Formats: sequence, structure tokens, C-alpha cells
Amino acid sequence: MLGPNGSGKTTLIRLILGGLAPSAGRLEVFGRTPRRGDPTIGYIPQRPVFDPELSIRGRDFVELGFDGHRWGVRLMGRAHAAEAANASLEAVGAGDYSDRPLGRLSGGEQQRMLLAHALVGKPRLLLMDEPLSYLDVRNQRAMVQLIRDVARRRQLTVLLIAHDVNPLLPYIDHVLYMAAGKVSMGTPAEIITTERLSEIYSSPVEVVRDSHGRVFVVGLEEEASHPHA
Amino acid sequence: MLDAAFHLTIANPTPSWNPFDDLAMLFHYDFMVHAFQAGTIVALVAGSIGYFVVLRGSSFAAHALSHIGFAGAAGAVVAGLSPVVGLLAFTLGGGAAIGALGNRLRGRDVTIGIVLAWTLGLGVLFISLYRGYATEAYALLFGEILGISERDVLVTLVAGAITLAALVTVYRPLLFSSVDEELASAKGVPVTALSILFMAILAVAVTEAVQVVGVLLIFALIVTPAAIAIRFTSHPPYAIGIGVGLALLFTWLGLSIAYFSPHPVSFFITSLAFATYLLVRLSEPVRRALR
Repeated sequence: MLGPNGSGKTTLIRLILGGLAPSAGRLEVFGRTPRRGDPTIGYIPQRPVFDPELSIRGRDFVELGFDGHRWGVRLMGRAHAAEAANASLEAVGAGDYSDRPLGRLSGGEQQRMLLAHALVGKPRLLLMDEPLSYLDVRNQRAMVQLIRDVARRRQLTVLLIAHDVNPLLPYIDHVLYMAAGKVSMGTPAEIITTERLSEIYSSPVEVVRDSHGRVFVVGLEEEASHPHA
Repeated sequence: MLDAAFHLTIANPTPSWNPFDDLAMLFHYDFMVHAFQAGTIVALVAGSIGYFVVLRGSSFAAHALSHIGFAGAAGAVVAGLSPVVGLLAFTLGGGAAIGALGNRLRGRDVTIGIVLAWTLGLGVLFISLYRGYATEAYALLFGEILGISERDVLVTLVAGAITLAALVTVYRPLLFSSVDEELASAKGVPVTALSILFMAILAVAVTEAVQVVGVLLIFALIVTPAAIAIRFTSHPPYAIGIGVGLALLFTWLGLSIAYFSPHPVSFFITSLAFATYLLVRLSEPVRRALR
């Protein structure tokens, strides 16, 4: 999911999560109206990092993704929750540091913990709000590959908001471009072109490619930040 | 109660340094037995809820609650009611308001500070309106555990049991929403209701703890043990266990030392808590180097 700030990407995720009701129209996820706490949906919110003083182990955080919405303390379900958390931690390669406090982990490690947390309930759809924004280039590449691997292995649909499409280009099947109240969807080659974007948004948008094959969309950001221009 | 105060100020017992004799001496008087009973219940409650207070970053809110409670207690005394009634009413009301603001309260230290300063001023007015002894105000501010009756112990026991039962009931979703409110909400946890409920539980716990350490010293029993505990472990049940253990230790030791000394219990409890915290913080570089 691409588009300038304020184009409604996060709002769409909130709608799918059931935290927000549509003001018009209808939304169905796996044939049902979205509701909060749907176990078929995993979610990673947009955030820089956890509070460094947050004193809870990554493992506990992942276990909370499994049964944190249930009342009371874990009695019979302890082994069950631990097992689910372990499987999820292994799947994202975060087992080694799962006993360390969440707040003390690096940005990349925290992002993996968030992924393990989202995966622990065995969802069919994974929603990620800018999971790459606070990572350095090396961690971005590792994270994208990890998401791709997990999605293949678990037959997951991943809907991901990105600020920069470049680290994702080799891996994405579809692009959902949102800007100026309009939405267009297709393969990256179809959508991210000068002609197509200019046509959709009826404004001079230019798609530039550099020598490394990276794409840059020029024109939409300005429009969003200067609506009166 | 008067006997107790008399006994403590006039004839301070001296320890024999025979542990059995000293223990027997400690529990010779009813007021000491009651103090230990109430202190134990309060330490159990304060130690457990303290973990969540620290985890949620709401220690200032806990502090503010006790000050809001002071105004309520003083007002109740003026109205001829039991101070506990006013204390509970005001802390519950204040707790519900703070809880309803929830996450929006982060960074609202200034607002809380302004409200608590005002309520403290209100408390002073009520105390001056009540033309009785200043001891009532003194007891509220600094605690009066040696003046606890058998009935008070029973009330504390019931309130403590309710608080702990409530904490056990909301444990998992409360932990979840304390770690990340947004994720908890997405999973269907009623985060705002939980936030209000937590502050209500905290209000009851604060009301209990005021009996032991008073309004001004509440930090020592609710926040300090948990703050020490999380420096040792980030495993929630262990952190709660250590916090409870420390709260019990501070209370028991504080009571025992105070019995053989002319100085107030609150001073010893808060000093033990502070000294332990200081020791743990100062020893951290050493412990890290040894690892």
C-alpha cells in the first residue's frame, strides 16, 4: 500500500481491524464484517521503538499475542501458550533474544518480536503499518525477506504500508496506490508508471528510475502537502 | 490506641538480642499484632499492584491519587465520618477520572500536578475547619499503623482480598494493555474500561496503604518494591513475586525496628525501601561486570 501521508492508508488498516466503522460502503474480510479481536488477522502497528524501560521479556509479549485478551491468569494453558510462542519466535528467528527485556532490544529485533506477536495466533492475513520505516537499509532487506518467507511458508496474505517501495519491489505481487482520495491497484509494473499515475490523479506525476533500477514518484507528495497550490 | 502511643514514647523496650525473646516481646501487645497483620496485607497488595503501576508508567498518578484521597479523608473528618470513607470516595473518583483519560494522560504530569496541589490545599482547609487535634491530619499524612484496631484489620483484609481477586481476574488483559494499548485493543481487549478499572483497584490499594505509610509516603510501598524488582527480572510473575517479597520485608523490618526505637514506623519503612533501591542501582555496574 503506497501513497503520500494522509491519503488514508492507516485508516484502511483500522477499518480492516474493525477498530473503525466505514462512514459509507461495506467492507468484508474473509466474507465477514470486520470485528476487533479477529484471530484470522495479525497486526503490526507503526511505531519507532518500545520504551527502553519496558521491563517484560519478548517471549511474554509474544505469549500475550496468543491469549492476552483472555481474562484471569494462565493456569492450564501455560504450556500451550509457551509452545505457540516458541514456534512463532523460531519462525522469525528471534528465539535467541526472547528472554531479554523488550525495551532493550534493537529496532530490528523489536520488529521481529512484533512479527512473532502478530503470527502467534496463526492468522491468514497480516497487516503491517510501515514496518520498514525505522530500520536501517540492511535490516530493511532482512525484514522484507523474512516477511516474504513467512508469507510463503504460512500461506499468508500480507498487506503492508510502505513509505518507499524500493526495498519491496522484488517481492510484491500487487500495489495499492492511494492519493487524493483515489485508489488504484495492479502489479507494480502496471501502476508505477508516469502515464498511469498521471492519468489516475489527473496531475503531472513523474516516475523516475535511477541507474540501480530504483523508482521515485515525483508529484504526489507535493500535492498532498500543499492542497491549496 | 492511646496506650500504644504512650507505651512507645515513654517506655521504649530495648532488644535483648535473643531472637526468641525479642519476637515474643514484639507480639506481646495487641497493637503490634494488629500492625503486623495490617502491614502484611497492605504489603501483599501494594507489592502486586506496584508492578503494574511501574509497567504502565503511572507512578505519578498513584502519588496524585493519595493526595486527592487526603482531601477526601480530611473532608470526611470535618463531616463527622470515618476518614477511610472520604479517602476511598475521593481516590475512586480521582482514579476513575485519570483512568478515563487513559493513554491521553501520558505526558500530562503538569495537569496531574496542578490538581494534586489543589486537593492538598483543600485538605489543609478541611483540617483547619476540624478544630480537633492535628494528630488526625498527621496520621493521614504519615500513617498510623500502630493505632490499628482489630476491626480495621478486618476491613483491610476484606479490601485486600477484593483488590487481589480483581487483579488476578484482569491480569492477562491488563498486562497486555500495559505493554501495548494499541495491539491489545486490536485483539479485542477493552482498554479504556481496563484503564478505569485498574485505577479503581489502585484507589482501593492506595486507601489501604495510607493506613500504614500515610499519604505522603505511599511511593515507598507501591512503587519502590516494584521498581527494584524490574531491575532484577523482566519475567512478570517473578517481578511481582520479588516486589511483594520486598514490600513484606520493608514492612516487617520497619515495624520491628520501630518497636525498639523512639522513631516512627513510616520513617523506617521508607528508609529501608530507599536504601535498598540505592544499593541496587549502585551495585548495577558491579553486577554487570561480573556477568
